Amino acid sequence: MTDVARGEELTKRERLTIDRQEMPTRDPGERSGTFAEVNLGFTERLAMLEAQRCLACKRATCVEGCPVMVDIPTFVRQIEDGDFAAAAETLFRDNTLPAVTGRVCPQEHQCEAECVLGRKGAPVAIGHLERFIADWARGHVHEPPLTIEPTGRRIAVIGAGPGGLTAAGELARHGHDVTIYEALHTPGGVLTYGIPEFRLPNDIVQHEVGRLQALGVHIECNVVIGRTYTLDELRKGFDAVFVSVGAGLPVFLGIPGEGLKGVYSANEYLTRVNLMQAYAFPEADTPVLQGEHVVVIGGGNVAVDAVRTARRLGAQRASIVYRRSRPEMPARVEEIHHAEQEGVTFEFQVSPLAIEGNADRWVTGLRCIDTKLGEPDSSGRRAPIPIEGSERVIPCDTVVVAVGTRANPLLTSSSPDLALTNRGYLVADERGMTNLPGVFAGGDIVRGSATVILAMADGKRIAGTIDEYVRATSVEVTPR
Amino acid sequence: MTTESEHAAMTEDGDPSVAGTAGYEVISNAKLSADVHRLVIRAPRVAAVRQPGQFVIVRLGPGAERIPLTIADSDAEQGSIVVVIQAVGKSTSDLVRLAAGDRIDDVVGPLGRPSDLITSGTAVCVAGGVGAAVIYPIARRLAEIGTEVITVLGARTSESVLYAEEFASFAELVVCTDDGSAGRAGLVTDALREVLATRSVDVVYAAGPVPMMSAVAAVTKPLGIRTIVSLNPIMVDGTGMCGGCRVTVDGVMRFACVDGPEFEAHDVDFAELADRLGTYRESELTASTHVCRGSA
Repeated sequence: MTDVARGEELTKRERLTIDRQEMPTRDPGERSGTFAEVNLGFTERLAMLEAQRCLACKRATCVEGCPVMVDIPTFVRQIEDGDFAAAAETLFRDNTLPAVTGRVCPQEHQCEAECVLGRKGAPVAIGHLERFIADWARGHVHEPPLTIEPTGRRIAVIGAGPGGLTAAGELARHGHDVTIYEALHTPGGVLTYGIPEFRLPNDIVQHEVGRLQALGVHIECNVVIGRTYTLDELRKGFDAVFVSVGAGLPVFLGIPGEGLKGVYSANEYLTRVNLMQAYAFPEADTPVLQGEHVVVIGGGNVAVDAVRTARRLGAQRASIVYRRSRPEMPARVEEIHHAEQEGVTFEFQVSPLAIEGNADRWVTGLRCIDTKLGEPDSSGRRAPIPIEGSERVIPCDTVVVAVGTRANPLLTSSSPDLALTNRGYLVADERGMTNLPGVFAGGDIVRGSATVILAMADGKRIAGTIDEYVRATSVEVTPR
Repeated sequence: MTTESEHAAMTEDGDPSVAGTAGYEVISNAKLSADVHRLVIRAPRVAAVRQPGQFVIVRLGPGAERIPLTIADSDAEQGSIVVVIQAVGKSTSDLVRLAAGDRIDDVVGPLGRPSDLITSGTAVCVAGGVGAAVIYPIARRLAEIGTEVITVLGARTSESVLYAEEFASFAELVVCTDDGSAGRAGLVTDALREVLATRSVDVVYAAGPVPMMSAVAAVTKPLGIRTIVSLNPIMVDGTGMCGGCRVTVDGVMRFACVDGPEFEAHDVDFAELADRLGTYRESELTASTHVCRGSA
């Protein structure tokens, strides 16, 4: 590793001699006992050194890989120059929640996948740099109040998750009066109830929420659209509505034994621990079963979050059971790596058949069968085929089912005019508008289960079309 | 386009951001029996639209559980709802200790689907224990819309009979207690059998402990009388997100919070429901006996 002196412009050759800087992490042995964040963040020195690796390509392919098109070369150059305030300004211009995305984006499939350095070696650690600037800004930048002229248009956002928060921030910056309705008692959506503190601390989410409130965004918790208010009521009260309620409803496997005690959906398991702080039970009132042998079924980020949570709750053995093989796991590579460091075990190419229980109906094991990988299926991944005669039981006392979610019908069933797909998701056109004029939708309730950044990308893009829509359709505000 | 009044209607509440004070105010707390309290809470948004059969989830404050409670009554004009709480664990004990003027951080609702109410004929409403507060809004609305209502109210002793006067004001009432200290001695199912033997009944509504609801279903099933029960599984979010409240109905997994809480009794797997309600029995003991750090 070369520590290159600052002050003079580096040559490309010099830049290429710098190794990718490692993210400092909490010691794996210490981690399994704490929900404190694993990644500790770059120091200023590490960040500036990493930033020096960027070759400032004329055609910035990294930007093309970013769903919200962050101006990556500019903010990285500003980090290299030590001008963190300028880097923060650049970052916030394109990304409402950089402290979140710097932590949870699958960079290896997005910006960093497009980095030219990745062709021969390691790409620039764009995610770590993004996180560094967002965290630096939290301590240093006090955004001046918006001086933008209020438009007098009122916009309702349903759901305070990543999509809703992003849309709300964008719309507020356009001068609109934005109210977010949130069903839970705390804003953040999946950022709060789903993603564990060791990956995304809750106070970071709440800080970002506070930034939006400082922009003038109103957040009303404890309001369930479809129950407390109907969508029609919101349409009458607002010039436009953005539906970003997420997917929500957990999918179970439909195998015997899912009603046994000790079986959780990942949503419930994570909600109890993250939103309700069951890890602190009995200091906090909500309990969670602290299994000794926990099996998590699934291979996505949610499954990995659940299994790492199980370790932290004290499980002696915490395992992932996944139908396919490791390369097919949709989870972030960094999280899989961290899980391994923390002693999580993986059972690949195993398909669950039934959950077994004792006479008192507590879970005792997961009956499953080994699989081999066949031809790629419609998702492009190789389909698992059971191997006859390979049935066995994995002993466990807790099973967490993390095989995805489906559309929550709460809002849609109370708005019969709203067009849905045959799987219950909302249908939206290229502007993000549903079949109901003025009602827009984005994120998981349109896409099905996807990622935080894609929901944010929807929120950002559709906020733009909502802005155009309300400016074109509603009356001018009367002067006060 | 938005009018000022519509704007006000969308944001007015006992909501902290509007009222300037945090939470939902407790208007009154009345003790109904040894461990059962009736709380009136200011929650205008809920009071404005709630219907019989629906519930709220309340969360007292930071660190508190989310507790589902049936809405027993409401006053849209006053912007208040009534919930009846039996102190059975730490969270419910914390709630019944609240005094008028205290605040609850979170009240969300109304949740669940409204009751499926028949508009003519005869309904028997069977309630055990605090199930009386669940059945009360259903029975009263049935009476209001012209259904003949017979209420069978069960409790351990005369002291724990709830809402008897209220029921008696609009329905024929049979009270049963385990020890005969009020009404007749015996189980609600005995009284129900007698009613069904002498009257033509179109539907039975039941709410109470799982064994009671299961027993009611066992009585009505051979007679082919439609029976609806209000289920009370463990719940966290109450909006379909966690799946903790899953129940098996007619062999199919349903979520009580969004598909229920009321289901056709003859299709419900009561054994599974009763069993799952015991998931946190050990934790409940821990919570009840736990002394917080920093408290004396």
